[in-house]
Amino acid sequence: MQQQELRQLARKLLEEGTVKVVIGYGQPVAGAPAFPVFITDPAKVDTLVWNEQCFHNLTGYLKRKEIRALGKPAIVVKGCDERTLVMLEKESQIVRSDIYVIGMACSGVGEPQAAKCACCEVHMPRLADSVIGQVDNPPVDASARYAVLDEFLSAYPTPAARMAYWQEELGRCVKCYACRQICPLCYCERCIFDKNRPTCVDTSPTLKGNFGYHITRAFHLAARCIECEECTRACPVGIDLRLLNQSLSRGAEEHFGFRAGVDPEAELVVGSYSLKDREDFIQ
Amino acid sequence: MSETTEKPAGNGFEPRIIAFVCNWCTYLGADLAGTNRLEYPSNVRIIRLPCTGRIDFNLVVKALEVGADAVIVSGCHPGDCHYTAGNYHARRRWMLFREVLETLGVDLHRIHFAWISAAEGKKWAQFVADVTAQTRELGPYNEYRQIIEAEVS
Repeated sequence: MQQQELRQLARKLLEEGTVKVVIGYGQPVAGAPAFPVFITDPAKVDTLVWNEQCFHNLTGYLKRKEIRALGKPAIVVKGCDERTLVMLEKESQIVRSDIYVIGMACSGVGEPQAAKCACCEVHMPRLADSVIGQVDNPPVDASARYAVLDEFLSAYPTPAARMAYWQEELGRCVKCYACRQICPLCYCERCIFDKNRPTCVDTSPTLKGNFGYHITRAFHLAARCIECEECTRACPVGIDLRLLNQSLSRGAEEHFGFRAGVDPEAELVVGSYSLKDREDFIQ
Repeated sequence: MSETTEKPAGNGFEPRIIAFVCNWCTYLGADLAGTNRLEYPSNVRIIRLPCTGRIDFNLVVKALEVGADAVIVSGCHPGDCHYTAGNYHARRRWMLFREVLETLGVDLHRIHFAWISAAEGKKWAQFVADVTAQTRELGPYNEYRQIIEAEVS
C-alpha cells in the first residue's frame, strides 16, 4: 500500500532528522477532500493519507515564510506537482537539495477525475528522492491537452461573444485573490496588486478592475503555469481560469516548443529570446 | 494641423489612439515626420518610453481602461535596439500577450505593433494614418467601454 509506505518513509525521515517537517495530505473524514498537513512529530505520521482525494498541489507551501522557518521540508508530490518544483528551481526560488521530495505514483486524482489527469504524461514522478508505488505512463493524446480551451474557443468563436462571456464571468469575481494565493508560482514578496503608490492595477471589484486583475494574473504566469488547475479549484465563484492559463500555455508550446516544468533543461521563455521568433503580427 | 487634416466620416467619431513608442527609434521617427512637415492624423497620443522592452502589457491594459479605441506599440527594428535586445524580449512577450487577449475576446484589430526606425518618418506617418482609418471603420471600442463603465454588480 502506497499510504503505508508513505507513512513509514515519513517516520524514518523525521526520526533520522533528515527533514524537520513533512508536507503531505491529511483527511479527517473519509471521503471528504484531503487537506494539507504539516507533520513535525514522527508519532503523528499516521495522519498522512494517500488516495484519489489528494488533488492539491502542495508545492505552494514551499514559498511560505512560516513553513520555511520550520526547517528542511519533505514534500509529497504527484508527477504533475513535480513540474512546479522544476519551475521554482529554474527561477531560483528553491534549492533542490534543501528539499526532500517524496514522489507518489499516481493514476489520476479527484472524483470525478480532474480534467488535467486525462492527458497526464507524468504518472511517475521523475526527479523525486524516493518514489512510492508504480504505475505506467499510458500513451497521451497531445491534442487533448487543451481540450477545455478548444471547446471554449469553438463555442464562442467571435471576439464579441468571448468578451460577453468574460464580462459575465469576471463580473462575478469578488477579488478575494484566492487564485493568486493558491498559485504555487505566484511568489513575489510584494505583489503588483498590492502596490498602491501608484496603483498599478485597479483594485476595485468592478469589471474594469477585474479585467485588469485577471489579464495581469494570467500573463504573469505566461509560459510558467504548469496547469495544476488550483486557481480554478480555489475560485469561490467558479470562474474557469484554466482557459486563460491554457491559452498562454498553448502559445508557449506552439511558438517556442516550451512546456513549463516538463524538461528541466529547457530555457525559460520569458527572459530569453531567439532571433528566429516570428513577427508576422508586427508591421 | 492644417485644413488638409482628415475630417471625421459623417458620424463625428474621432478615434482615440494611444501609441507607446521607444525613445531611440520610433519617437525619433515621429520627430522626423514632424521636421519633414509630413501630415498624419492627430488622433494619436504618443507616450515615449525608454525601450519596447519597457512597455509593460499593463500599460496596454491601462490604455484600454482610459478609453483608447486603438493602441500602437512601436520600437526599433530587430538588431537596432539601443539596449541590444529589448525589442527581442518585447516581441516574445507580445506573441504570448496576444494569445491571452484572443481568449478574452479583446479585439486584436485594435492593438498594433510596428518596427519604425529613426529614419522612417514616412513610415510612421503612413502607419498612423492606416491605423486611424482602420479604427474609424471599426468604430468606438464599445465592448471595453462597457467594462470601464460597469458598476459593482
